[in-house]
Amino acid sequence: MADPADTRDAALLAPIERTGRGFYWTVGLLSLLILWGAIAYWTQFDEGLGVTGLHQPVSWGFYITNFVFFIGISHAGTLISAILRLSKAEWRRPITRMAEVITVMVLFIGAGQILVDLGRPDRMLNIIRYGRYQSPLLWDATSISAYLTASLTYLYIPMIPDIAILRDRVGKRKLFYSVLALGWTGTERQQRVLNRAIAILAVLVIPIAVSVHTVVSFVFSMTLQPMWHSTIFGPYFVVGAIFSGIAALIVAMIAFRKAYGLESYLKPIHFRYLGQLLLVMSLLWFYFTFAEYLTGYYGSEPEEMKVFWSKFTGPFWPFFWGMVLTNFFIPILCLMRLGRRTIGKVLIASLSVTVGMWLERFIIVVPTLSNPRLPFGEGLYFPTWVEWGELAGSFALFALFYVLFTKVFPVISIWEIREGREVGLKEVEERLLTYLPDAAEPDVVGKRTEVVK
Amino acid sequence: MALWGMVIDLDRCTGCQACVMACKAENNVPPVGAKEAVRGRIISWMQVLTEEDEEHPGEVKRFVPRPCLQCDDPPCTKVCPVYATYRNPEGIVAQIYARCIGCRFCMAACPYNAKYFNWYRYQKEAPGQNPDVSVRPKGVVEKCTFCHHRLQKARERALAERREVAPGEYVPACAEACPARAIIFGDLSDPGSEVHRLARSPRAFRLLEALGTKPKVIYLSEGEGRG
Repeated sequence: MADPADTRDAALLAPIERTGRGFYWTVGLLSLLILWGAIAYWTQFDEGLGVTGLHQPVSWGFYITNFVFFIGISHAGTLISAILRLSKAEWRRPITRMAEVITVMVLFIGAGQILVDLGRPDRMLNIIRYGRYQSPLLWDATSISAYLTASLTYLYIPMIPDIAILRDRVGKRKLFYSVLALGWTGTERQQRVLNRAIAILAVLVIPIAVSVHTVVSFVFSMTLQPMWHSTIFGPYFVVGAIFSGIAALIVAMIAFRKAYGLESYLKPIHFRYLGQLLLVMSLLWFYFTFAEYLTGYYGSEPEEMKVFWSKFTGPFWPFFWGMVLTNFFIPILCLMRLGRRTIGKVLIASLSVTVGMWLERFIIVVPTLSNPRLPFGEGLYFPTWVEWGELAGSFALFALFYVLFTKVFPVISIWEIREGREVGLKEVEERLLTYLPDAAEPDVVGKRTEVVK
Repeated sequence: MALWGMVIDLDRCTGCQACVMACKAENNVPPVGAKEAVRGRIISWMQVLTEEDEEHPGEVKRFVPRPCLQCDDPPCTKVCPVYATYRNPEGIVAQIYARCIGCRFCMAACPYNAKYFNWYRYQKEAPGQNPDVSVRPKGVVEKCTFCHHRLQKARERALAERREVAPGEYVPACAEACPARAIIFGDLSDPGSEVHRLARSPRAFRLLEALGTKPKVIYLSEGEGRG
């Protein structure tokens, strides 16, 4: 399969072989933002968390919001790619790799937010030394590290044949690619083992991903605080995570399509399918939000209502209604009809959802804290340049990781595209035939030439 | 084993803040300065809250001095990832400053906002501080300990004199300082103690009792709006 003479997919190797001026501009710009974040963090490390806008009672702000947001984005990846693989969606082929990379990169950023948030990062290892399993933060640590391990493996294993192609075709980094390729030659046995491994990982990674955002929500819902202490937070967070994950994936796809000229691989049809998925998630998100707020409103406990009104009409109204606009109305309007100008519409919807889901996380974290139960008065929260720097730096670091990855590994799976051409076409036809009434019970079903399609 | 508790009689409280000042002096609670105070960073283990009269807006209905309520089922200890805050066998919710990682989860979980954070390094070791109470570094959470160091002192004294700790020998600074004698302290498990008797008074109630945190600070108040 890994025929080095095959030059049809040269476009996929081009970013690794050649580096244009755009790359340096991008890296330069991102480095500036990262520098801002680094200065912000150094200031905070040196002087204390006092340089942020946090206070009593709003002791959690941007960092925890970012944590939930970035961990949410990570669901793009592995979860979507796993579901598409398991459901044998053939259009997944150029998408899975990009999704898996998002997951791995953004998990580092997300987990990093907790470290940024700590008052004593120097004592971070106390979590291992004195870990108390009753605390949801420990559940997070466990779940996220399991997810990171699983998704790193899930990114690496399907990349082995591509690394072998790089080893054989690209002149640079010979040793690096040879080691990582694990002696891949593309024999039938190797291919069988690979497909089996991918299938097992795809099944395994789904429950882990679901557990990750469930326990992230438990950080809030396990407390007694009004509008946090809610039973639907687990699924609500998971839905929001997949929602924002798809949006981030679409943005990344459009960016790389433009930057690396991948128009022939990422076609409008891919964006239409992903757009429809985003539309479904938007409706699902609205349903959960509606259920959550109506329950709170109808019961109308005074403590709950204080938080409720502070979101609806109080100081947080621009964020709350901004969230409803960007997470529901804009995506619905953009995605309702995707016949023409698909990519533009899907891009607007995705950018809107990315902003909206960040606002959603913010609107969950802060208003509850700013409305204490006892008569302290409402505490407002104004982030300083330090928090803005961390936010910008985090986004830039994520983008930089991603860009650097694409310079070392192909951002679209080459062997899976080839497999689609060579094996997939025939398989789909055979599979389709088995669905139809006129075909006699064929042996194709039992044969299972390849587990994953 | 003793179960230390406090009864605060709201009908006696004048809102004079003597308890607040006594607490700050006793426990080396740092003054954060006017600029930090405006930003909401005041540290005050004992804080006098004012409840507004709903029928007459703008008027204070009553004062509620709020130390840490030393819950028997504390929501803050459960969420601490490193056992830096825990309920000790005598019912006091303690904080280990040398272990706390500053995640502030306990602050988010405490329904009474009784926990405070050192946003900066507010003070260094200096003359005039109480040598029995450690000065907190930056980046950790601190809270009212029922003047636990006083209990340790009383115990050491009793041990040296080969006797039990006498009732009234261990009293936190706030209770000692209250000129209206609104704060009474003692062993809730001792049927002969005053706190035990007052905790059963028909005037007794606990803050946010419905949450089931079982606070060991009990308030006394006549009439309506007790909860």
